[in-house]
Amino acid sequence: MPLSLQEGYHVNSNTPSDAFLIPLNLTWSKGVLEPAGVVYPKPRMEKYQFSPDKLSVYSGNFELVAKFTVPATAVPGPAAMTGKLHYQACNDRMCLAPKNIEVALQVDVVK
Amino acid sequence: MKRKLQYLAIAGIAAYLAACSFYEGDWPAVKEEKDRKKAPEFVLKDSSGEVVKLSDYRGKVVLLNFWATWCGPCEIEIPWFIEFQREYKDRDFAVLGLSLDEDGWKSVRPFVAREKVNYRVMVTTEEVDQLYGGVDSLPTTFVIDRQGRVASSHVGLASKNTYRQEILTLLGSPKNESPLVSSNRLPGSLRADLFRASR
Repeated sequence: MPLSLQEGYHVNSNTPSDAFLIPLNLTWSKGVLEPAGVVYPKPRMEKYQFSPDKLSVYSGNFELVAKFTVPATAVPGPAAMTGKLHYQACNDRMCLAPKNIEVALQVDVVK
Repeated sequence: MKRKLQYLAIAGIAAYLAACSFYEGDWPAVKEEKDRKKAPEFVLKDSSGEVVKLSDYRGKVVLLNFWATWCGPCEIEIPWFIEFQREYKDRDFAVLGLSLDEDGWKSVRPFVAREKVNYRVMVTTEEVDQLYGGVDSLPTTFVIDRQGRVASSHVGLASKNTYRQEILTLLGSPKNESPLVSSNRLPGSLRADLFRASR
């Protein structure tokens, strides 16, 4: 899942450096496939004027990889997996409220 | 002698120009009284469960700060506000903090304890956020005059000196001379579709 963040903004990685920070998180609703984890890219440690320490962030273009398993009971044919990407973004002066993006994945289950 | 006077004149002009130069955000700027709109009333509860009404602060200068525990720039400003509360509370001044944390007191209470916040903090509601222009960029801060009117507003990290000068201007301190008056924009919602997710 390629993602592209507007210039000047960053989001916390899925493992932010402070417990109060909101992590990037991709989750899936119940569907034809069983979620088997998400592979997040290696974050960058960046320093911003508002933070005394470096923050674990993503910015620019990056990619998430969602893994699934096919249960034995899955019905062959086209299907869709829907999910939600939860993120919270800041630039170097302000932070935006946490947001959700609805995501959808078209799959074709083959036996 | 003539040359000395010329040098003095040049030095004087240079000093004047230096005094006039400033970075945006570093110059105190409260609205003219005729342009100040009434700050919307709210009724919320603080960390002790006590009811807090903005109208209870009529007669005081109030710094109303929308913030959240996940907001890094907010963390820069909070120690300033702690200092202002300590310095000016006996001069009819108060800071009020409104948190946008979605999980409310679960996050806010430990954060406030860690930062040793000395002013009243509340968890805001969607309704109150909308009353103040739809707050979704943090920090967003309003400085409210003794008559309960918004004298200035700031979206994003501002400067400590700016806040201090605005507070002193509204408290009527004689230390303030010629506060710059401007038409600050009211913070609107900063909507940004930051992600383009493609399959």
